[in-house]
Amino acid sequence: MKKILLALAAVLMLGSMVVSGSNITIKGSDTLVRLGQRWAEEYMKNNKDVVVQVAGGGSGTGIAALLNGTTDICEASRDMKPKEYKLAEKAGIKPYRVSVALDGIALFLNEANPVNDLTIAQLKGIYTGAITNWKEVGGEDAEIILYGRENNSGTYAFFKEHVLEGEDYAARTQTLPGTAAVVHAVSRDKYGIGYGGLAWATDVKFAAVKIDDNSTAVLPSAETVSNGTYPISRQLYWFFNGKPTGQLAKLVNWTLSDEGQKLAASIDYVPLSKEMALANVVED
Amino acid sequence: MEKYKFKPKSRVREFIGEKFIQINAYAAIAAVLLIFIFIFKEAAPIFYDQDVKQEASLDKMIFKQQFKKGREPKWAWQPESDIPKFSLLPLFIGTLKAAIIAMLFATPLGVGAAVYSSQFASKRMREIIKPVIELLAGIPSVVLGFFALLVLATVIQNLFGLTYRLNAINAGVALGLAVIPIVFTIAEDAMTSVPNSLRDASLALGANPWQVTLSVVLPAAFPGIAAGVVLGFGRAIGETMIVLMASGNAAIISASFTDSIRTFAATIAAELAEVVFGSAHYHVLFFIGTILFLFTFVLNMLGDVAMTRIKTRLQGKLQ
Repeated sequence: MKKILLALAAVLMLGSMVVSGSNITIKGSDTLVRLGQRWAEEYMKNNKDVVVQVAGGGSGTGIAALLNGTTDICEASRDMKPKEYKLAEKAGIKPYRVSVALDGIALFLNEANPVNDLTIAQLKGIYTGAITNWKEVGGEDAEIILYGRENNSGTYAFFKEHVLEGEDYAARTQTLPGTAAVVHAVSRDKYGIGYGGLAWATDVKFAAVKIDDNSTAVLPSAETVSNGTYPISRQLYWFFNGKPTGQLAKLVNWTLSDEGQKLAASIDYVPLSKEMALANVVED
Repeated sequence: MEKYKFKPKSRVREFIGEKFIQINAYAAIAAVLLIFIFIFKEAAPIFYDQDVKQEASLDKMIFKQQFKKGREPKWAWQPESDIPKFSLLPLFIGTLKAAIIAMLFATPLGVGAAVYSSQFASKRMREIIKPVIELLAGIPSVVLGFFALLVLATVIQNLFGLTYRLNAINAGVALGLAVIPIVFTIAEDAMTSVPNSLRDASLALGANPWQVTLSVVLPAAFPGIAAGVVLGFGRAIGETMIVLMASGNAAIISASFTDSIRTFAATIAAELAEVVFGSAHYHVLFFIGTILFLFTFVLNMLGDVAMTRIKTRLQGKLQ
């Protein structure tokens, strides 16, 4: 009995000694989670007294965590909705938004699919269920198999707002838990189509997107997203509770610096332009 | 004989020990009750809160709704939308489809294995079969779901030439794999509990082993087999990870088993982590949780009652 008590006391003491220095939690977007983790790793290498923990779960999860006070930084691939701003007000949270990177939403097609480019109107028709067969967009006579994300995803919300113009997804859209899963599903399905952040594509090809029938079709890439020629692009955000100071401000300013943005580019995210980065830096 | 003199046990220690064990037992019951109360409390605003009822009242969840002027009334599950849609019917049908396929797949295999193992297998074979099938129960459901997503889906699609890779059949078969051990164990227990006197009597009257099994053992063990099937069905209804990964999660109403489905449990798993606290969506998800809880609770109770009754009947004593 005495031995057990001693052991318990020792464990408790050791446990309380581990937490020293500051601890930063980052939760949210699955689109941003890879970038967040890379940034955290690199930052912790040069700042040994800070521990940064990154978790995913979807933009909605991150925002909910920010509103509940269970995270310092929320990563989001979409802006907060008016409903969420109202809830933040009620909870006494003042969301402060910083753009940290850009992203293009790529459309994934199976490499064996003869279709190569699509207009925004066609994409809307495909995902709302108005267009159901590949032959209506110049492909083979086969049903279009739709893959998408769950409704907690920022990518889901962004695609719905900007491509579907607020319309609902077709009921038969199969929902998968992350962009990697969408890419995997499309790579196994000749007649599949999927959407997601362009940093995730392997074994699938991108659809070149045209604004309408007469414009040029643009493939998504870091350049076309940052110079604005790729039509479906968005900003990726970090949300704080109130203007960040101290360690949090140091961290976010580092991500906006040349070093941080170069790191983002090296793992296939799209860096902000110089002006945008400077505009987002948090002043003391 | 000094060693064997009994010391009277401390009354205090006995009392404390007894009370401690009693509290543990009551704590378990209290935990179940409290969980139910919590879930129902979070779901209750659907019945009385006016703001929530605007978006998701009981009749909005059950009947066809005309969501936009000029469009036909329909059932749809699309909670994150300008006009949130909360019809539960597509989810209910999806849950049933997955559970039905799981039982159609698991019952013949489980009961068949139980019949072989209890009536026809040699002692050595039985000692191998029983643990191996029960090993299936030890496979984590997320691993089964992963297996179904990567391997089973392609196999089934190529075998039947299906349009959709992730569909009800895929999820149902993987669910069936998880349910087989439940059906097998209970059915096998029921069949070995049939008193040997019944089997010996029919053998003595000239029946061959098949006739004994079909005409005497199976009817006698039937309540137990039914209990196993009912418990397996309860498991299939509530199983989450397998359907989340293998079913495609598309909330559609269709009679075909080759279409994707979305089940109650997968909906909760996928959406609860993000939902805005206190929104209508949040309350609807807890309402779905209440439905699942009640359903599996009732099914498990029926299964347990049936099991106790046949045990008393066959063995003439209360187990």
